[in-house]
Amino acid sequence: MGMDRRKFLKVSGLASLSGFGVSSSAQAKDTDSKQTKRWALIVDMNKCREAKDCTDCITACHKVHNVPEIKDKKREIKWIWKETFGHAFPAQNHQYISEEVRNSPNLVLCNHCDNPPCVGVCPTQATFRRDSDGLVMMDFHRCIGCRYCMVACPYGARSFNWQDAKPHIKEINTKFPIRSKGVVEKCNLCAERIAKEQIPACAEACKAKAITFGDLHDPHSEVRKILSENDTIRRKPHLHTLPNVYYIM
Amino acid sequence: MIEYALQGTKKYWILIFSLLTVIGIGFGAYMYQLSEGLVITGMSRDVSWGLYIAQFTFLVGVAASAVMVVLPYYLHNYKAFGKMTILGEFLAISAVVMCGLFIFVDIGQPSRVMNILLYPSPTSIFFWDFISLGGYFLLNLVIGWVSLESERKSVAPPKWIKPLIYLSIPWAVSIHTVTAFIYSGLGARSFWFTAIMAPRFLASAFAAGPALLILLTFLVKKISSFDPGKEAIQTLAKIVTYAVILNVFFLLLELFTVLYSGIDEHIHHFQYLFFGLEEYTALVPFMWFSVILAISAIILLLFPKTRQRESTLIFACIAVFVSIWIEKGMGMIVTGFIPSPLETITEYMPTFPEILISLGVYGIGFFILSVLYKIVISIREREA
Repeated sequence: MGMDRRKFLKVSGLASLSGFGVSSSAQAKDTDSKQTKRWALIVDMNKCREAKDCTDCITACHKVHNVPEIKDKKREIKWIWKETFGHAFPAQNHQYISEEVRNSPNLVLCNHCDNPPCVGVCPTQATFRRDSDGLVMMDFHRCIGCRYCMVACPYGARSFNWQDAKPHIKEINTKFPIRSKGVVEKCNLCAERIAKEQIPACAEACKAKAITFGDLHDPHSEVRKILSENDTIRRKPHLHTLPNVYYIM
Repeated sequence: MIEYALQGTKKYWILIFSLLTVIGIGFGAYMYQLSEGLVITGMSRDVSWGLYIAQFTFLVGVAASAVMVVLPYYLHNYKAFGKMTILGEFLAISAVVMCGLFIFVDIGQPSRVMNILLYPSPTSIFFWDFISLGGYFLLNLVIGWVSLESERKSVAPPKWIKPLIYLSIPWAVSIHTVTAFIYSGLGARSFWFTAIMAPRFLASAFAAGPALLILLTFLVKKISSFDPGKEAIQTLAKIVTYAVILNVFFLLLELFTVLYSGIDEHIHHFQYLFFGLEEYTALVPFMWFSVILAISAIILLLFPKTRQRESTLIFACIAVFVSIWIEKGMGMIVTGFIPSPLETITEYMPTFPEILISLGVYGIGFFILSVLYKIVISIREREA
């Protein structure tokens, strides 16, 4: 094991030195490490489906982060929302899929990818990936609003403030910034709550306990246990973005 | 030399003031966008880039096309282009200025635009585009201005300008290649995810740019005594012919891969472009119009008789320019978003203020072009 691992790191190190090893070095980042964390979410769609029209997670997230409620679909801002199976997992969709799966909405949000395309394209590093825990974060005050990140994201996880958000926020949470018009935003996996050792608002709000949050670098964590005991899928795995949001279908 | 632009006929001043009016209206519309946000455009969460970025892309091509007169003249000593190069270089300058402005009006927080320089990010293709467009602008400004100044004084251009001219040739290719890389490296957007993006961009640029240059030359000929010569125009027409055929050929290559492989996520975009998806068909009539224009232009340009006759050549050049403007300025960018990566369809149509702002930017470009061309014409007329 030790030998294999050393060999692997050597090869991936060489590969990234030559500039062609983006994918293998991303995988190296993903290996267990005691120093760093790798926050992840697992959504159990079986539990979520049973709760039918429940939107507790969405409401909780959007409230705590001052996400405006905009009726016009074209200008809408969303951090976590529901999509049909075909939209969330277009590659896995087929015509004989069970009615239950086809018709029930799937929770989608930023995947906090290990290999995030949005970070690479940002011309100001306003979007960046935190090496310490893998969160893909945004500096709302540095973003110039070019929307290149929205173009690069394969999951539609990013929203742009086409207009002033304030009139569309029902109840303002003074502990979280309101974004100005002209900047991009997205799910931050509740970095501000994680800093206070709280779990993300969506996971906390879910009565069905369908959302599990934890550290993939900790071999004894609950997320690792769930991943080793269940069949899980990720969105668009062929793009090699390496999402940290997993689904139990 | 700028004094030449400050004296002119009544027609010249009418042109200048008409352009200033267009610029003023565009500026007013931009103030409206600045106060309301980009909500006043037709862009959306799904179609996050629209008319502005498409114009930027198209105009990078116009800028790059100057190389089609510079290269034959300086590398092959093709004398007929001698009087033409300056027109190409000045067209490039005004096109690059428009490119920059189209990016500027597209960003949500224009006051933070300097962040691109404050936090340089080499992993972003925008960073490289900034460098390549900025460098190209400076190269053409220096080369154009210095050559014209020497011409005015009837002396040979300084020796140090030669290396800059040679540098400007690959640099022109680089600006459109880097612009293609903005799109062609994104796994999320299957429509653009193809290595042929850069070759297609270059071919369409080398067709539309010289076509515009031919039209501008005819215009210059008509309003002044300066004539770059029939041979120069005919050679440019041949360049347009090759380039427009190559452009169609590259599109067919792309269509082969897309259709023969039968991969849905690639086919859907082309289906949207030429036939529409479900009830969404906004671009279909435009795209077929573009196809018809391209075919008619190729026929007119292929036959020496119609290529040499002024009236049919002018028509063919207009057809090439409009056809490629539709292809790149309307279809190319927007279709990358339709359908979205989540396979939803949101259509895009520019709004009235968005069009006014775009016209304003074109107004600024043509204003710069008019002033620069006026200087050239005055110097050439003095010589004559």
